[in-house]
Amino acid sequence: MHAAHFRPLDVESIRKDFPIFATEPPLAFLDNAASTQTPRPVVDAMDAYYDTYRSNIHRGIYRISEEATEQYERAREKVAQLINAPRTRQVIFTRNTTESINLIAYSWGTANIQEGDEIVLTVMEHHSNLVPWQLLAQRTGAVLRFLEITDEGLLDFTQLREVLTEKTKLVAMGHVSNVLGTINPIQSVIEAAHAVGAKVVVDAAQSVPHFHVDVQQLDCDFLAFSGHKMCGPTGIGVLYGKLEFLEEMPPFLGGGSMIRSVERDVSSYAELPAKFEAGTPSIAEAIGLGHAVDYITQANLAAIHVHEQELLKYAHQRLKEIEGITLYGPSAPHQKMGVISFNMEGIHPHDVAGVLDTHGVAIRAGHHCAQPLMKRLDVIATVRASFYLYNTIEDVDRLYDGLCRAQKLMTRRKQ
Amino acid sequence: MNIYQEDLLDHYENPSNYGTLPNPDISHEEDNPLCGDQIRIDLMVEDDKIKEVRFSGHGCTISLAAASMLTEKIKGKSLEEVKQLSKDDILDMVGIPLGPVRLKCALLALKVLKAGAYGIHAWPGEENE
Ligand SMILES: Cc1ncc(COP(=O)(O)O)c(C=O)c1O
Repeated sequence: MHAAHFRPLDVESIRKDFPIFATEPPLAFLDNAASTQTPRPVVDAMDAYYDTYRSNIHRGIYRISEEATEQYERAREKVAQLINAPRTRQVIFTRNTTESINLIAYSWGTANIQEGDEIVLTVMEHHSNLVPWQLLAQRTGAVLRFLEITDEGLLDFTQLREVLTEKTKLVAMGHVSNVLGTINPIQSVIEAAHAVGAKVVVDAAQSVPHFHVDVQQLDCDFLAFSGHKMCGPTGIGVLYGKLEFLEEMPPFLGGGSMIRSVERDVSSYAELPAKFEAGTPSIAEAIGLGHAVDYITQANLAAIHVHEQELLKYAHQRLKEIEGITLYGPSAPHQKMGVISFNMEGIHPHDVAGVLDTHGVAIRAGHHCAQPLMKRLDVIATVRASFYLYNTIEDVDRLYDGLCRAQKLMTRRKQ
Repeated sequence: MNIYQEDLLDHYENPSNYGTLPNPDISHEEDNPLCGDQIRIDLMVEDDKIKEVRFSGHGCTISLAAASMLTEKIKGKSLEEVKQLSKDDILDMVGIPLGPVRLKCALLALKVLKAGAYGIHAWPGEENE
C-alpha cells in the first residue's frame, strides 16, 4: 500500500469540488464510513444524463438511448479496471453492498450450501455480511461459525486453523472493519480457505474506497462494495465474482433485461452481467459511480491512504490527551484504516454526538450495524469518527475541541 | 437553542423517581434498537390512578431526562388521562427541537409506559401508520 510514486493530495483544491464545505466555518464531516460527500464532477455527470440523454438502456434504437447504454457500460469498465477484474462482465451493478451479499447468499448459497455445511464469519461483521448468512443457514440447515478478535481488535488468526475444516464451504469477511478500522489479513484468510476448498466473499465496503484492491491478486471468489462510500451516489453498488461461479449461478431476481427468451412456463437467461441485472437499473447512479471512480483514481488512492493515515495518527494523539477516553481497535495505525471508535467516560455516545453537532462536527454514535461486535467489546454503543480525502487537520482539531466541550458540559457537577 | 440546556441536564443528573418498585402492578422494559438505550417503568395503580412510579435503565441525556419528566407528569393521574399523552406532550416537556433519531430517545419512556400499561406497542405518533 506504500506506493512510491504519487503526488500528495491537494486537499485544498479537492475541497473546492465539494460545495458542502463552502460554509464558514466549514462542516467537519467525519462520518465517511457511513457515506461520503459527492464531488461536483460526479453530480455534473449525473445531471448531464438527466439533461441531455435521459432514456432507458439496452433497448432504444435511437441516439440518446445508445448514449445512455454506452455511458452505463463505460461505468462498468471503469469499475472493472479499478478492482482489476479480468473481464468487465464480472462486474454486476446492484443497489449496494447489502444487495450484493444477498445476491450471493440467495443465488450461489441456495445452490451450493447444504445441511451441516459450515459458513465462517467474524464477530466484526457489519449486519449486512451477517444477516444474509443467518437467513441462508435457516433455509438450508448450515451452521455459522465465528472467528473471534483479540482485545486489540485484531482477527484472532490462531483460531483460523481450528475453525477451517473440510466442512467449511464459505468464508465471508469484511476487508476492513467499519467500527474498529482493523485491516483484516484477507489474503492469508483466502489462501487458508481455498486450502480446505471453501469459497470466500469479501465485504469490501470499507476498503475499495480507500486503497487499491486487486481481485486477481487477492484471488477472492466474490467481492462487494457500495458507490456511496467512495464519492459516488446512493443506490448503486457492485458485486464482483469469479466468472465460473457467476456463469453457473441461477438468477437472483427475475424480470426484464435478464432474459434471453421467454416462453409461457420457462425462460432462458441472458449472459453476464445482464443475468443479474433484472429490471431498469440505477442508470444515472451507475454513471455517477463511474465518475467517482475517475475522481478517486485521479486524486490517487495511494495518496488518499497516506493522507488518511496522517489524520488518523494525529487524531489518535489528540484524543489520547483527553482524560476518560477509551479508544477501541488496534493502536498501531498501520493495522487500521481512518476509523476511530471511542467512548468518553460517563457520557452516552449520543450525547457526545449531540454536542459535537452543535459544534459543526458530524460523527456517528451507535452500534454501527455491528451488534455482535458491540457485545464483544462490552459496550452498548461507541462514538465513531472516520476520514476521507477531503478531511483536514482542522477537522480533527474541531473534533477535539468539541469533545472537550462535551466533557465540560456533561460532567460538570460530577467532578 | 442549545440541545443541552440546563433543564434537561438537571433531570439527567438528578432524575426524579429513579429506581424500581418492590411489588409493582405493572412493570415493563424495552430498548431502542437504534442505540441500545433501555428503560424500565414500574407502576403501582390504585383506583385506576397511578399511585407510584419508578423508572430505571440507561441511555443518553434526552432519553433519561424525558423519562424523569414523564414520571413527574403521570404521578397521581388516572390511567385514562395518561393514555391520552402523545408525542407532542413529550416534545412540549422536553422543550427543544429534535431530529428523527433523538426523537426516538425522547419518546422511549412513553413507549414503554404505553406498552406496559395498555399493550400499545407502536411508537408514539406512529400508532396509525
Ligand atoms: C463493512 C460494511 N459492510 C457493509 C455495509 C453496508 O453497506 P450498504 O448499506 O451500502 O449496503 C457497510 C456500510 O454501512 C459497511 O461498513
